[in-house]
Amino acid sequence: MLDKKGIAKRIAQELQHNWYVNLGIGIPTLIANYIPEGIDVEFQSENGILGMGPFPFEGEEDADMINAGKQTITPMPGASIFDSATSFAMIRGQHIQLTVLGAMEVADNGDIANWKIPGKMVKGMGGAMDLVASADNIIVAMMHTNKRGKSKLLRQCTLPLTGVRCVKKVVTNLAVLDITPQGFKLLERAPGVSVEEIQNATEGRLVVEGDIPEMQID
Amino acid sequence: MNKLVANAKEATKDIESGMTLMLGGFGLCGIPENCIAALVDKGINNLTCISNNAGVDDFGLGLLLQKRQIKKMISSYVGENDEFERQMLSGELEVDLIPQGSLASRCQAGGAGIPAFFTPAGYGTEVAFGKEVRYFNGKPHILESALTADFAIVKAWKGDRYGNLIFKGTARNFNPLMAMAGKITIAEVEELVEPGELDPNFIHTPGIFIQRIFQGEKYEKRIEQRTVRQRLT
Repeated sequence: MLDKKGIAKRIAQELQHNWYVNLGIGIPTLIANYIPEGIDVEFQSENGILGMGPFPFEGEEDADMINAGKQTITPMPGASIFDSATSFAMIRGQHIQLTVLGAMEVADNGDIANWKIPGKMVKGMGGAMDLVASADNIIVAMMHTNKRGKSKLLRQCTLPLTGVRCVKKVVTNLAVLDITPQGFKLLERAPGVSVEEIQNATEGRLVVEGDIPEMQID
Repeated sequence: MNKLVANAKEATKDIESGMTLMLGGFGLCGIPENCIAALVDKGINNLTCISNNAGVDDFGLGLLLQKRQIKKMISSYVGENDEFERQMLSGELEVDLIPQGSLASRCQAGGAGIPAFFTPAGYGTEVAFGKEVRYFNGKPHILESALTADFAIVKAWKGDRYGNLIFKGTARNFNPLMAMAGKITIAEVEELVEPGELDPNFIHTPGIFIQRIFQGEKYEKRIEQRTVRQRLT
């Protein structure tokens, strides 16, 4: 089974040279720490920076230099800064090659819910609805089950949707799965996790064909 | 052209209860601190505020929320503010949550004379309720309308008395878009400079969009999430 860092490491293997990438808050943010050697990518943060770099050294924090999670950051050489409309032109105009975000629920048709629990928690969608409505390549990074052990990979989402039929791939602590017309297609198992464990933790339709390899993670 | 006013009090003198305001900023980054403080002092209420976020409990728009001066918020993300969440869930505060990119474009459209536009964001979700759906290139889109405000209030790094503005870092965010969409737009700046000092090639907001400008004071520029890395020794 993977921890959050492991999920980030596995998704980092999906990065391709010269891609522009938008990372959501939480597990996706960690991916920036595991960029494979020889791969050059630029991170976009939707509050208005392309070429987002690491956190500043202590004492060098700048209140005017933050990411969409409101964390202090630094710009990389070659970074650019722009207003929110330009930022979402990059996103809606499909100039970003990969979007990775977290989710509360994903359905086996690619629907995603991650912004509201009616009557309990309403934080808002932020940029998530714009991101999922437009991106060609959307990976969800999340735990396979919630804190009560209930599957987050469902036949149908129960929470208010963020977007419809948009997720392409899901990477969890247990598995890598593609969204296909037949449902979640199991591609890889996390180290030490059996197909049966994944089946038990997946409520949505799960397609298992042949031998399922174990993920290769350092 | 001289749009200079003395301070936040003078700039906000004719903002009244019940008006619609736009306030620039993302989280606490690039918010008009001086004008927010002046609005708290004025004690007006029933405001509709269009702003990406609602501040935190004790800073930014959170200060207006605490005093119940806001009737309605139009925002994309309101986490990090317990009082906001409490007022919203109890129904004291009206809240219209809209996708961040749609919010940006709705402000820009309002300032640019475009009454509405189609966007894919929010199709198939609560956001699409009651909105026209149309297919372009085989994909569904929803009709979003432009936003304008009685007053737009923005914060810039440098500006001159013509109203020309330059923003610093990611404090730019919604500020240039909202600057266009106010019937009256107020700009508070960290540094007021003489006309000609700002290179015309690098103006972010041309002065035509600004009606009042003043040099702010005592900027706190609070950091919401202070994240740092260790120096290798």
